[in-house]
Amino acid sequence: MTDAGTLAEACTSVPEDAPHAPDLLAKFDPLIAEREALLATGVRDPFAIVMERVLSPTEAIINGRHTILLGTYNYMGMTFDPEVIEAGKQALDEFGSGTTGSRVLNGTYAGHKACEDALKAFYGTDHAMVFSTGYQANLGIISTLAGKGDYIILDADSHASIYDGCWLGNAEIVRFRHNSVEDLDRRLARLPKEAGKLVVLEGVYSMLGDVAPLPEMVAVAKRHGAMILCDEAHGMGFFGAHGRGVYEALGCEGDIDFVVGTFSKSVGTVGGFCVSNHPKFEVLRLVCRPYVFTASLPPSVVATAAASIRKLMHADAKRAHLWKNSRRLHQGLRDLGFTLGTPEAQSAIIAVMLPDQALAVGMWQGLLERGLYVNMARPPATPAGTFLLRCSLCAEHRDEQVDQIIEMFAAAGRAVGCIG
Amino acid sequence: MTTRDQTFARVAELIEPFNKKGVPLAEQTRFATDLEWDSLTVMDFVAAVEDEFDILITMNMQAQIETVGQLVDAVDTLKAKA
Repeated sequence: MTDAGTLAEACTSVPEDAPHAPDLLAKFDPLIAEREALLATGVRDPFAIVMERVLSPTEAIINGRHTILLGTYNYMGMTFDPEVIEAGKQALDEFGSGTTGSRVLNGTYAGHKACEDALKAFYGTDHAMVFSTGYQANLGIISTLAGKGDYIILDADSHASIYDGCWLGNAEIVRFRHNSVEDLDRRLARLPKEAGKLVVLEGVYSMLGDVAPLPEMVAVAKRHGAMILCDEAHGMGFFGAHGRGVYEALGCEGDIDFVVGTFSKSVGTVGGFCVSNHPKFEVLRLVCRPYVFTASLPPSVVATAAASIRKLMHADAKRAHLWKNSRRLHQGLRDLGFTLGTPEAQSAIIAVMLPDQALAVGMWQGLLERGLYVNMARPPATPAGTFLLRCSLCAEHRDEQVDQIIEMFAAAGRAVGCIG
Repeated sequence: MTTRDQTFARVAELIEPFNKKGVPLAEQTRFATDLEWDSLTVMDFVAAVEDEFDILITMNMQAQIETVGQLVDAVDTLKAKA
């Protein structure tokens, strides 16, 4: 470690004729300029929202105003569940505020095991491995499974954590066109027959809220001898008889080798996981770098996750109400004349497509001023190269809140001129 | 016309729909800085090249290809291996 005195001395002793190195942040100048130009038009920064108070899974105070939340991933509304909160408080009292260590050293507490047991019960699998975030789960599992000489075949619209998992490892990476079974088949057919192959799919794609044709893709992947990892980050809790995800709802259980998910959406806290029936799965705990070389989740977090997961197993009424909300909002927005990302409600995400950044920001701000928070997304985050407002519904949105949301979209849409 | 010339001509045809600014194409034309392609355009273009020549250009390989000439060489190499 450099102490402060040495550092100060080093700073003042730089020779005047030292070579002038470029500013490493200069490459971001175009983005800085674009952002400043946008804010100069007088709009609030869509990426700097502060929740001053959170009143419930569906309401918060933003900029001093009571606001309906339609831009969270709190699909099942578990963040304020009394049993979940109580479990967290008890763990905080009994086990302290954090583990200070990795899972493979001092960082595995009884709560981590209980959380993995809850996941095994929820998914009906032999194995479950908890990571500190969903991002790290993809980073770790993908980079560890596929090594040098292996191939990872991924959907072009895959989440950043999947891409980063690919880059962290040494495998060859091949993309196929979003949700195209034919494109997947064609690319798999060009791979060396004897090479190890991992096809990475997502149940729900988060930008448009569209669902993957998993049965067809699974059939193609199996025909080419590939193993399959399915990310159910946006499907857990909501899809399938047990809430396991899109793969359960579409009858693909038994065909998916690894399921990755997160606690930061339907579970209502933070963390990530992978579940599997692979007999050698447990070896991953020793060789997966984003699992080994990071601190484990605090006891209060795994306790809230375990309590929430066990409740989600029996959340049929919530699932039914969330589907009702999703279908009502989709129909309401379509009736108003908005262009939506999917022809029908396919998930809890409904994307409202807009032609340019000015209209998207104007609409986003118009909704916020009326008391509705949604997400604004723009290229390159958006797969279709377009601008959209992403609405994510919650099982706790009441019927009258959905009515209010549709009214606010009508008023803001007419004010900015994107509907008649 | 050599095989390489033929590959260059076909690659140039495949670039055209994505060449929004009508940049003249040469060996040294760079995809990112001259054609100003973003990652989505690259994805669509690479898929078109793969399907045209029945080859696979992995993302690892794409990271090494900056110019049209380099792509043409890569296509010819991959075709020879296929």
